[in-house]
Amino acid sequence: MSLPVDMSTTLGNAWFPTPIFTASGCASGGKELAQFFPLNQVGAIVTKSVMSKPRHGRPTPRMAETPSGMLNSIGLQGPGIDAFLANDVPWLLEQKARVIVSIAGETVEEYSTLARKLRSVSGISAVEVNISCPNVENRGLVFACDPESSRRVIDGVRKTIGGELPIIAKLSPDVTDLPAIARGVVDAGADGLALINTVLGMVINIDSMKPHLGGKTGGLSGPAIKPVAVRAIYQVHAALPKVPILGMGGVSSGRDALELILAGASGVSVGTASFGNPKALIDIQNELRDLLAARGFATMQQAIGYAHREEA
Amino acid sequence: MATINKSAVQEMVTILSNKRVGAYHQILLNVGDIVKNCRPGNFVAISVGGDTSKMILRRAFAISRVSESSQYGGTMELIVAPHGSGSKWLCSQLEGTEIDIVAPLGTAFGIPTEPISALLIGGGYGSAPLFGLADVLKSRGCKVDMLLGASVGSKIYAPMEGKRSVNSLKIYTEDGSMGETGRVTENLLDIVRDRNIDVIYSCGPMAMLSAITALVADLEVIHQCAVEESMACGIGICMTCVLPVRNDDGATSMLRSCIDGPVMDGSTVRWDLVGKVPEVTL
Repeated sequence: MSLPVDMSTTLGNAWFPTPIFTASGCASGGKELAQFFPLNQVGAIVTKSVMSKPRHGRPTPRMAETPSGMLNSIGLQGPGIDAFLANDVPWLLEQKARVIVSIAGETVEEYSTLARKLRSVSGISAVEVNISCPNVENRGLVFACDPESSRRVIDGVRKTIGGELPIIAKLSPDVTDLPAIARGVVDAGADGLALINTVLGMVINIDSMKPHLGGKTGGLSGPAIKPVAVRAIYQVHAALPKVPILGMGGVSSGRDALELILAGASGVSVGTASFGNPKALIDIQNELRDLLAARGFATMQQAIGYAHREEA
Repeated sequence: MATINKSAVQEMVTILSNKRVGAYHQILLNVGDIVKNCRPGNFVAISVGGDTSKMILRRAFAISRVSESSQYGGTMELIVAPHGSGSKWLCSQLEGTEIDIVAPLGTAFGIPTEPISALLIGGGYGSAPLFGLADVLKSRGCKVDMLLGASVGSKIYAPMEGKRSVNSLKIYTEDGSMGETGRVTENLLDIVRDRNIDVIYSCGPMAMLSAITALVADLEVIHQCAVEESMACGIGICMTCVLPVRNDDGATSMLRSCIDGPVMDGSTVRWDLVGKVPEVTL
């Protein structure tokens, strides 16, 4: 018989009752999942990255299943920030859900504009700055692949948003020196890091003998990328042990979530697993609680980065 | 407080029977009270491959028909083409196997309050949900004619008991191995005019739905079609199954065929833009 585990966590100055979150782009605005579990039962709803204007996204086909994973090529389809703030955020707050708003822009200025709009919104817990969406027309636009661009985006958001709302920078694993990019955005004012975005990939259709996706390339997600996420989180936590990490990448069980936490994640986002199991967040959360208890952890926070310990 | 997927539940259900019918499998599931919320046009999303599967996404299947009065309680019938690795797995499952489903999902065919003349058009296994629909229309006093088409006769799905719900059934195959040689669109305009058709209900390949829409564009007839786009989730969160659809204000939106479909008004779908991205409307 073990005592209940304190599952609470923090990202910057934001507190959450559990460390299990949705992943941006895998829960839309939350309404779709509300039939399957009460949204206030999980740590937070991280909404789909929103841009300043409504956007159609990329042409279909947008999806290809791959072994233990999938490629997506959505291209940030969305309603635009004004409609999003008018419709989705108030609804989520009515559900007593904690909300992390994810934003994406094409320019440094667009991120600042989005940050300005968020500044006056009450009730949201944090902002995720997605600087690593792989599904943009020009790979040069993936800010997170370039240390200087990453810094400039986060610097702009930090200056616009002021000091209250925690900023979480979402980074790509498709870089040579991830800790260097992470250090840059933290120096520029990020309070936390979201690791990892999808991994750039491609599927070729052997009937048409051309790339299968309308956008040609897509982001790989699902269990196939979990070891990449564990590595990225471990590396960055080793380099920046005080910076909270929202970990994600192929988590589909409580065991997976625990692995990311042991590597250094303060919270864990569940994305693609919800496509196969609409109640994945609740199942993962329950399993994680049992696994922590079985290992003698009184609090989830004691397990964060536990894989880094040195034992005599 | 759900506003989307309002009737959907996730449940483990038992396969009652799995029979080969021509090129397809007829799979009967014991789904209990889920049937109460199923309407013709709705679909079910099924986990495939078992717990250790490398296939992480559910497969979506149109619900062929449901029944509340059988000896098993609520049953749901699916007509599955063993085409890809997921549907082949499902078709290989034996009686008594438990599978994980989410249902019912998506929009349903609109059922008229008046006794109208309906034309149901099915392509391949797309005919499956039309027989359940025919039952409902017939019970409302509608006149129900049906056209079914496929490349070959073995791909025509037309169960004996289903034929009782329709006033007439005409079959077309491209190779002439069953019914008339040709496609369902062959004499469509004449049929719609001669029989004073009020509503066309269609389900089948996108090219067929698009062709029907084009043919009846200038007529008064309403065309409700069940679309088929590849989906990752079936519940509206992945944004992969989108189709360009014209709004009331004339602008085009990329709507999700899982929650804004699969049944859509054919005349609002921008078939010319499927697989493309609409111009940004200012």
